[in-house]
Amino acid sequence: MPNSDLRSPGAWRDLPAERVQRFDAELAPILKRYPDDRKASAMIPALRIGEHLFGHLTPEVMALAADRLGVSPARAEEVATFYVMFFTKPKGRHLVELCTNIGCSLTGADRIFEALKRKLGVENGGTTDDGRITFREVECLGSCGTAPAMLIDEEMVERVTLEKAERIVEELK
Amino acid sequence: MSETLILTKRWGTKDSATLASYRSAGGYSSLEKGLGMAPSAIVDEVKTSNLRGRGGAGFATGLKWTFLPKDVRPRYLTVNADESEPGTFKDRYIIEHDPHQLIEGIALTCWANDIHTAYVYIRGEFARQARILEAAIAEAYQAGIIGPKLLGKADFPLDIFVHRGAGAYICGEESALLESLEGKKGYPRLKPPFPAVVGLYGKPTIINNVETIANIPWIVTNGGAAFAALGMGKSGGTRLFCVSGHVNRPGVYEKPVHYNLKKLIMEDCGGVVGGRKVKAVIPGGSSAPVLAGDEIDVSMEFDALKAAGSMSGSGGVIVMDDSTCMVRALSRIAKFYAEESCGQCTPCREGTPWMEALIHKIEHGHGHPGDVDKLAQMANSIGGQTICALGDAAAMPVQSFVKKFRAEFEQHIHERRCPFGEHAWGKTQESRDAVVGGMRA
Repeated sequence: MPNSDLRSPGAWRDLPAERVQRFDAELAPILKRYPDDRKASAMIPALRIGEHLFGHLTPEVMALAADRLGVSPARAEEVATFYVMFFTKPKGRHLVELCTNIGCSLTGADRIFEALKRKLGVENGGTTDDGRITFREVECLGSCGTAPAMLIDEEMVERVTLEKAERIVEELK
Repeated sequence: MSETLILTKRWGTKDSATLASYRSAGGYSSLEKGLGMAPSAIVDEVKTSNLRGRGGAGFATGLKWTFLPKDVRPRYLTVNADESEPGTFKDRYIIEHDPHQLIEGIALTCWANDIHTAYVYIRGEFARQARILEAAIAEAYQAGIIGPKLLGKADFPLDIFVHRGAGAYICGEESALLESLEGKKGYPRLKPPFPAVVGLYGKPTIINNVETIANIPWIVTNGGAAFAALGMGKSGGTRLFCVSGHVNRPGVYEKPVHYNLKKLIMEDCGGVVGGRKVKAVIPGGSSAPVLAGDEIDVSMEFDALKAAGSMSGSGGVIVMDDSTCMVRALSRIAKFYAEESCGQCTPCREGTPWMEALIHKIEHGHGHPGDVDKLAQMANSIGGQTICALGDAAAMPVQSFVKKFRAEFEQHIHERRCPFGEHAWGKTQESRDAVVGGMRA
């Protein structure tokens, strides 16, 4: 029976071995960036790799990161839940994020936000019924001069218009 | 162009991010010169230059370097590329257009301060910029500029690593950045001890902003006095001003550090869209106190803007025209700080959502007489009461908006609605070209 108790440091053993190997292979070069006794520094990169390989950060994935970095699973959970870019719950195949902070809001982001929610049939942070897109508003992306700005699967799109935003979400498969 | 450009000179030139391009423009000759100088002489030049931190606090860079204890090793350099203050978008362009200038600055800073490991903490949302910087660092290793020997000769190993965050404004605060870099959630540390004494892994650590470090090669080449001469008073050099909001040409402008705010908006940025009037300007990132439209004929130098009741902070200039509802603008800013409060200190954790809710209530016509005073009181009980500056950053916009535009808040309450209505908000301005360092973005 799968052991999904977060407090169980061995929970990662329930993960598919092949993907655990890939996790280790991708993590290995990153570990070299930090002093030998400070491997926990790689927590953010490790969780990023884990989310990429396993879809989202389950207790097992957090336990895997914690095990490889020599800290408790609670430390991994603490980081996974603090940073907004990490998902501890399933998300859509694509992540669409729109900045609605002041620079983008002053140049039309609020209207785009409302229109995309309608178009996708989701509330802020929701996922479309077909699992295609998770959509949410985010804070300032550092593109205020080329506002409004979006992130599509972590890639920045700038000077977004309503038409451009609608086209982008239509084209995501 | 008669203006001296330090940081943006090469932006927009062909393949400007590559080592070959940087070298052909004389790149890494400053490091060559620096390696022939005593490390302490470089620190002296930086002190003479009056370079002040470009991340927001404006602290004297050279002075900061001298706070490192003499006999503790290793020391670390962490470069703050967490650029997240709303209205600020300059460090990303340094990395996109001229990453080797930053790398040369890092190498010189490390040589000057006997540091052998540097981490660039870049915000998680800058995935592309992180890739560009990592590619440039790989080129520098490959060419033997960094690695076991600086420029392939000086017996001085240097490693530079990029560390990408995962979405948290608070990690731009230097001690939260260190916590994050150590693999923890970004809770700011109590200071003192300051990072220069007890920093990364408990070791002495210099933390400087990307733009700050990118100035170092020019200072070493041209001397601290020449840099100081570009500015005024206790602030030397040029600065990247980021202009956003309702201007005809938003973008990044490199200007002397004491440049006039009104001139920047009305001349360089071509004034306000549609010829409308400037109603308000936030001159230094969203946490800086707002200036009313008739208060913008001021120098943007750190001390001058402070004297004018605001701050030049991170150089993010947000311009709002006369159709802007100030309550709605503040509402969005307050939402940001409520979202980004890390939750460590009670006044900030509890107070920022309260402020957000009250401003939202006023904006939507549900405010009561006395709410404006209550709002100001809330802000006053957050500012100065927290471990880090986020509490102040959340309080200052509220305090200044209420002070400068009180009548507008009262009007919302009195009329039980937003007098500006929905139609005026968020004009789409896709026809505008952003100007980044003299080129179209």
